[in-house]
Parts: sequence; C-alpha cells; structure tokens
Amino acid sequence: MGSRVLGEGVATGVPEGRRLERRRTPWRERLFQLSLGASLAVGVVFLGSLLTYVVVEAWPRLDFRILTDFPDIIDPTQAGAQSAITGTIWVIAFTALYCLPVGFLTAIHLEEYADRHRWYNRAIEINIQNLAAVPSIVYGILGLGIISRGLGFGQTVLTASLTLSLLVLPTVIIAAREAIRAVPQSIREASLALGATQWQTIWRQVLPAAVPGMATGAILALSRAIGEAAPLLLLGGLTFITFNPTGLDSAYTVLPIQIFNWISQSRAEFAPLAAAAIVILLVILLAMNSLAIWLRNRYSRRW
Amino acid sequence: MRPPGAGHRAASGRPDFLKRAQPRYGEKAVKVLLVAASLVSVATTVGIIAALVPPALDFFGEVGFGDFITGTDWSPLFKPPHFGVLPLVTGTLVVTAIALVVAVPLGLGAAVYLSEYARPRVRSFFKPVLEVLAGIPTVVYGFFALQAITPLLQDIWPGGRGPEVFNALSAGFVMGIMIIPTIASLSEDAMNAVPNDLRDGGFALGSSRMQVATRVVFPAALSGIVAASVLGVSRAIGETMIVAVAAGGRPNLSFNPLEGMQTMTAFIAAAGIGDLPTGSLGYQTIFAVGSLLFVMTLVMNLVSIRLVRRYREVYE
Repeated sequence: MGSRVLGEGVATGVPEGRRLERRRTPWRERLFQLSLGASLAVGVVFLGSLLTYVVVEAWPRLDFRILTDFPDIIDPTQAGAQSAITGTIWVIAFTALYCLPVGFLTAIHLEEYADRHRWYNRAIEINIQNLAAVPSIVYGILGLGIISRGLGFGQTVLTASLTLSLLVLPTVIIAAREAIRAVPQSIREASLALGATQWQTIWRQVLPAAVPGMATGAILALSRAIGEAAPLLLLGGLTFITFNPTGLDSAYTVLPIQIFNWISQSRAEFAPLAAAAIVILLVILLAMNSLAIWLRNRYSRRW
Repeated sequence: MRPPGAGHRAASGRPDFLKRAQPRYGEKAVKVLLVAASLVSVATTVGIIAALVPPALDFFGEVGFGDFITGTDWSPLFKPPHFGVLPLVTGTLVVTAIALVVAVPLGLGAAVYLSEYARPRVRSFFKPVLEVLAGIPTVVYGFFALQAITPLLQDIWPGGRGPEVFNALSAGFVMGIMIIPTIASLSEDAMNAVPNDLRDGGFALGSSRMQVATRVVFPAALSGIVAASVLGVSRAIGETMIVAVAAGGRPNLSFNPLEGMQTMTAFIAAAGIGDLPTGSLGYQTIFAVGSLLFVMTLVMNLVSIRLVRRYREVYE
C-alpha cells in the first residue's frame, strides 16, 4: 500500500540521483485535495454572492435618506432608518458600559486568582462555556421574564442593553481570558519578586500587556451584539418607532429589527429598503472589525 | 506606603520589618469585586432558569405535559387551542438536518484543508473569510434565503411543484453556510492539537497526505470534530432569525423540506412580538417551548464541552 503513493512534500530520504521514480500524484489524492478546496470555495462564493446581491438590491435606495429619514409605513420611498441607527448606537453604548467591566473583571479573576482545582471555579468555567452556546432567543426570554416584566423595566433601551450585555458577556470573558493568558508568567514573577502585590502586578504589568487583545475581543463581541435581533423581538424592539431614543427609559428600535420589519412587509418596495439598511449595518460591522484587526496588528506583541 | 523592610525604629522599639505587614484592605476589596463580577455569569444561568420554570410550570398545570410533548396539533391561538409541540419540533429537526448536511462536510473539508494542506498565505486569506462569514448578522442570512435562494430554487427546480415561498430547504441551506465557520474553526483547533509525531510516523510508513489526513489526523482529532458538530447542531436548533424570515410561520407536521414550517425558535419570536399579557396561557407557551429549547441545547453544549476537554487532556 505504502510505496506507490509517495506524494509531494514527503521527505523520502532518497538521495539526489534517486532510484525510485517519483510518481505523479494519484488521481484519488488530487480529487481529495480538490474537494477540500471546493468546500472552502463554497463559503467564499456564497459570501461574494451575498454581498453582491445585497448591494445590487439596495442600489436604488442607497442615498442619504436612509440615514436621515424615519420609517414610513405608507410610503416606502420616503422611509429611512434614522431611528434604528440612533437606537443601535444607544443600545450598544450601554451594552458596552455594562458588559465590558464585568467581563474583564471575571476574566482577571479566572486567570489570575481562581484556583482551577476547586470545583466551584471549574463550575463557573463550564457555566460560561455553556452560556456562550445558549440560543440568543433564550436570552430574550430571560429579558422578557426577569428584566422587562419581573423588574418592571419595560420595553426600553435599558432592558435591551442589559439583555444584550448578558448575551455577549461569555464572549467577552473568553476573549479577555485568552489575552491575559498570553502574557508570559515570567513578567508576573519578576513583578512579584520586586515586592509588588498581586493586584499591583496585574494592574501595572499584566493588564497593559493584555489590553490590545482584550479590546479586540471586546469589539468583536459588541459587533455580535449589533447584529443580534432575536432577543429584542421579545423586548419591544419591533414597535413602530419614528423618533430617536431620548434616554434609558425610552422606547427604541435597532437596525436588525428594522431590517426584519421591512423584510416582513408584503409590498415589494420594501425589499430595497431592507437591503439598504443591511448595507448600513454591514458597513458599521466592517468598520468595527477593521478597527479590531488594526488594534491586533498594531499593538499585539509576541513574547 | 513605606518601603517593606526599611530598617527604621518605630515607636514600639522593634525594627519595622519584624512587625506584621499592614493588612492590605485594597487587595481584599479587589478580590471581592472580582468574585462579584464572576458571579454575574452564574446569576445569568440562575436567571434563565428562574425566568423559564415558573411560567412553564403554570403552563403544564393547564396543559398536560404528555399532551404537550406528544400532541401533533400546535394552534395556541385557535378556539379551542391545541398545544401539541411536535410540529414545532419536527420543523426544527428538518431545518437542522438540512443545515447539518451542508455544514458538516463543508466545515470538515475546510478544516482538513486549512490544517493539513494550506500554505500560510492561503490560510491567511481563507481564515478571515470564514470569520466574516461568522460575523454576518443572521437576519441578513434570512433576507438572502428568502429573496435570493428561494427564487433561485424555484427557477431551477426540475419539474413538478418547486419549493413554496417559505420553505425549510432554503432556510436550512443558508443556516448550514452560517454554521460552517463554527464547525471549521473548532475542528481545525482539534486537528492542530494532534502532535506532528503522529503525522511523521504516518509519512515514515509511506502514507500519502490523504492517508495521513483521513487515517491518522482525523481519528486522532475525532472527539474535537464530534464536539464541533454537536455545537453546530446546538446553534442550528437555536437559530431564530433565518427561520423566522425564510421558513414561514405555519406549524406544519411534515418532513417535506419544500414546505414552510415553523420552528420552536420562530414560534417564540412570533409569540414574543405579540406582546401578550403576563400570566395568560399564550404568554406561558413562550416559556414552555423555551424550556424545551433550553434543555435540548443544554444537553448538546455539555456533551460538546466534555468532548473538547477530552482531546485537550490527551494532547496538551
């Protein structure tokens, strides 16, 4: 079985004037490699056609009215997504405010303080891993039952941002832990040996080194929150809103929900409008991802 | 702050460094703060259970659990209402199955290629593409399924009646593409964790690349690959927006992927939009179906976490 299939890239150890003829790669090998490449190509082609389709579909409506006008249920040609854009900014700003401190502190605790052999610390870890995979609509149920109705916060920006904070918290924690873990142990030991306390070591040595990685993870987590629609469907995001939020207790809508709303309309004129809002959403996400990649490349260090 | 061990004489007459260090209340306060932050994630799980269980119990007080879990008619808003959840479950299973048929082979193919074949430059092109694919909001996938994939399927369908406007096939297909990055990146991690010694051993015995990939690396990474696929199932079951947009809102006990069908998640979303009054039976259905969804995904997540730990233990 072995000798007839010496493929390329295999060190054969046969000297230069080799006696063994190098065979051509057998067709089964080629077919296998081709199908592997094809499975990646499917994703690339899909992504390309999705982006092209959305832009082409959105083209007639891709103007400034989408940014400046408010949703209009009577006349789609006059409708814009301003209230959804400002709503997205409000909700995400407060989501960041709630989830980033908690997420970073949890990551510090698990990496720097927690004894991994204790059952309760292991339980916290498994719990976070599970929470990362709990369906987003279940967080919507949590928001509906506990935050919106249980605590009586209602269908407001506050409820939406608290719910989204809990939704992306595991992602923030997992990314921040990886960034903290990448800081070499020798730096901590050096700091402790010079007489610094544990918190001084973390605050002055570990965190400055880990911050770029933590920021990158945080931006990626928040961009997930920006695209999230399912939980907000349960929290009043789909109400017809033609004003910008005025505070935490304000009603709101966000871009993905506005898109869902326009897709669900039966009249065909709403499809380009939905596509135009998708373009806006994708541009925001692209900007955030570029920022994350730039941060990673600019500040990341190899130890 | 005085420098530790400075040899000044204090009032008591002893050198400073022989005295017990000042208690560092700051350090203790930080610890308390960190533990408090860690408990937020625990509180989240407790909150999910506290949100789900009481209304679900109220619901099962009115509707028998047996009727719920084996009933074949889901029409909570009709008079008289029927609360048989099976149509929602089959809807979920049909869409999930289609998604897996797409995502598992393509995701694994991509992972094997990236881990065993791709040169660094090729990797650095394809990895970001997969990340972008994972970062696109699901409502956008739903839009594409409804507006582009379904009409395409209707056009190219050979003879007979093609897919309905809302159908499980295009929703499942698009969901499969959405899950490829999940399966690909986790399985690639598992394959990268396989030590090179095993590959070298295979090559030394004269195996080809394909033989090493399929008979050495693949079996060695199997638990990670299964974990990735299980997590893919969990994501497919829990996905809401694609099915809410493209698979329709009609509970349908059918295994025909060309028909529209409502999934558990799409029902929860639809009922949630309705803003039903607290305590009504309609409101409680959200929590009953939600509990079922949560339990199903919980089991898969725990299986997946367990399997990942296993391969980490073996190779790291």
